[in-house]
Amino acid sequence: MSNHALASQSARTDFMRAAGSRKGILSWILSTDHKRIGILYMIAMGIFFAVGVLFGLLIRLELIAPGKTIMEAQTYNSVFTLHGIIMIFLFIIPGLPAVFGNFFLPILIGARDVSFPRLNLLSWWLFVAGGLMAIVSVFLPGGPADTGWTFYIPYSVRTSTNVIPALLAAFTLGFSSILTGINFVTTVHRLRAPGMTWFRMPLFIWSLYATGWVQVLATPIVGITLLLVVVERALGVGIFDPALGGDPILYQHLFWIYSHPAVYIMILPAMGLISEVIPVFARRTIFGYSFIAFSSIAIALLGSLVWAHHMFTVGMSDTAQWIFSLLTFLVSIPSAIKVFNWVSTLYKGSIELEPPMLFALAFIFQFSIGGFTGLMQGALALNMHLHDTSFIVAHFHYVMFGGTGFGIFAAMHYWFPKMFGKMYNKARANVSFILIFIGFNVLYFPLFIAGYMGMPRRYYDYLPEFQSLHFISTIGSWILVLGLIMMVANLLMGLRNGSRASSNPWGGTTLEWTIQSPPTVENFETIPVVATGPYDYSRYERGEHA
Amino acid sequence: MLSSDSGFIKDVDGVFLFILAISLVLLILITLLMVYFVIRYSRKRNPRPSNIEGNVPLEILWTVIPTILVIGMFYYGWIGYERMKNIPADAIVIEVTARMWEWEFVYPNGVKTDTLYVPLGKAIQTNLISADVNHSFFVPAFRLKKDVIPNKKNQAWFRADEVGAYDIACAEYCGLKHSYMYSKVVVMAEEDFDSWYAQMYGTSQAAPADTAAKRTEGR
Repeated sequence: MSNHALASQSARTDFMRAAGSRKGILSWILSTDHKRIGILYMIAMGIFFAVGVLFGLLIRLELIAPGKTIMEAQTYNSVFTLHGIIMIFLFIIPGLPAVFGNFFLPILIGARDVSFPRLNLLSWWLFVAGGLMAIVSVFLPGGPADTGWTFYIPYSVRTSTNVIPALLAAFTLGFSSILTGINFVTTVHRLRAPGMTWFRMPLFIWSLYATGWVQVLATPIVGITLLLVVVERALGVGIFDPALGGDPILYQHLFWIYSHPAVYIMILPAMGLISEVIPVFARRTIFGYSFIAFSSIAIALLGSLVWAHHMFTVGMSDTAQWIFSLLTFLVSIPSAIKVFNWVSTLYKGSIELEPPMLFALAFIFQFSIGGFTGLMQGALALNMHLHDTSFIVAHFHYVMFGGTGFGIFAAMHYWFPKMFGKMYNKARANVSFILIFIGFNVLYFPLFIAGYMGMPRRYYDYLPEFQSLHFISTIGSWILVLGLIMMVANLLMGLRNGSRASSNPWGGTTLEWTIQSPPTVENFETIPVVATGPYDYSRYERGEHA
Repeated sequence: MLSSDSGFIKDVDGVFLFILAISLVLLILITLLMVYFVIRYSRKRNPRPSNIEGNVPLEILWTVIPTILVIGMFYYGWIGYERMKNIPADAIVIEVTARMWEWEFVYPNGVKTDTLYVPLGKAIQTNLISADVNHSFFVPAFRLKKDVIPNKKNQAWFRADEVGAYDIACAEYCGLKHSYMYSKVVVMAEEDFDSWYAQMYGTSQAAPADTAAKRTEGR
């Protein structure tokens, strides 16, 4: 990008300041601009994340020593339930698709907006409504749900806490997710710029596309399941509740038919993000583009067929046991392919360890640990021992937090200058990364060991032999939270008084770096014509520096 | 607590060590390569990158080798599981009832206890009954876990090979006192068990009608 082009572009009003037909907050919460909606999601999600972290911190504090530390058992049960609901439905699922997908999907394919901008705004409103319902359920008489985020029947039928409002909240959030999925799939099909063929799409788009299909196909199941729970409770038809002759295992199947694919809704976009970040900071094209693209599709397909690996101990038929075990092992292959290709992308690159790259490399390390410990639980004999222990807790935090969470942080630091036109303090970002990385591993690694030793999950109290591991873990939570506070503060300070960022501070080659920062309302003055793949770094190879 | 040579320890720990070994080799390989590349191809050392777009033989290699490895893992997992699910015909059958938040064990002769006493070296079959919500019968020292679900007749078995007392935990979340739903498996030498069993039978015979009534009530 030449200086001349930059100067002429900065004259145009960016989307943050553009005068629309409405003023003030209405110009945001009624905006159909995909970028404003992305920022709205970011604000909502940031608030929910802070609450989720607070609950996590309280869980760890309670578990620093056996016996009661800071709260009663009933409170603890509600706190871990809310921690799960908030983190899964209000942070990890919308994290990358709704925030960064909304903001960057149209830009990365050379479009002015998504296919259905109003539907997009409706998705955000449904998200907020669902979030508010979850909050209201906490304060209604009866008290917050204490069932765990899985709502297993019959406990969820027997408890007097507010399970139905919590389920309705999840149902509403599900709809938000479905609409976003429909929007993204349609946008990718219909609004790609001229020359933006499928195999010239950035890999983040491939992963959002695969995610979109999973959102559309799997999420309705959770709606149907809720409807069945309502029918059961209102009309007394025995579906899940054994007291009415129902089958509690059926509930688990229906729950996981959605919730396992939901795990891929959570991780796939993060994988796509990592595939964007690594080439930029290695200044070379991605290794094995089509293998990474197809592995996203393979994960979406296979990932929809492994749900019952959450249920190996419930007493399924042998056939179900071995089929689900085998498929679970096979779904690890496309993930492994991605990891190998990412590492190979570093080979003969020209690597700069900027903050987004640090988060991306930590993603690879932690996601690998999460993946390998997932293999352990896929093995039937071993699953019998590990199921429902803190080993599982550690495993999914390595994937969901060490993976997706770090992916979200990488995205924050990577796209921050584009979204806001400013740069944060990199030295402080690096320090916060180090704290988060150390804190995360100190927090979750001991839980693998405790789990193997027989520490069950969702325990308010525990046997004395687990104390030292829990103590270390709690120390880790403090380091982690310190790092998180520092990271967020640094980004907010960058937002207020960061130095002006150029339109392409990292030297990226995808389309968002060709437009001004922050982008204008219409993104592109003229729709670009795409002639090369997304990661064309040949100018660096030739020794030219832009 | 994991030192006992009981239950399915060899199967479970064997699979664990097998997968752990492969995982560690791969994790160390991935991490070392990553660190090495970051240092060797830093922008200072290597200002001019090479755009290598891919390598199909390499892709095939790292698809096929992991596939073989995970199928191996699947196989060992399945073999170990087969032993868990095939209950020996001569096993002593004990009814295990889980309720919020306690365990109850009923022996073939009607003896009822809150602790599971078993003879050394004998196969023990547990018939798992839930009186209310989902629970899970978990003996970490035996690497044994099976969910206890209302209206579902789950079974599990084990053979203890060392005298001692081992924790029974509830592994499926079941409400307020879930974390206190502990009991013990007490493994006794066969003759000790027999005398305990006979003695218990004597005491429970004192009120057989009462026991029978309670059992029906529990259903």
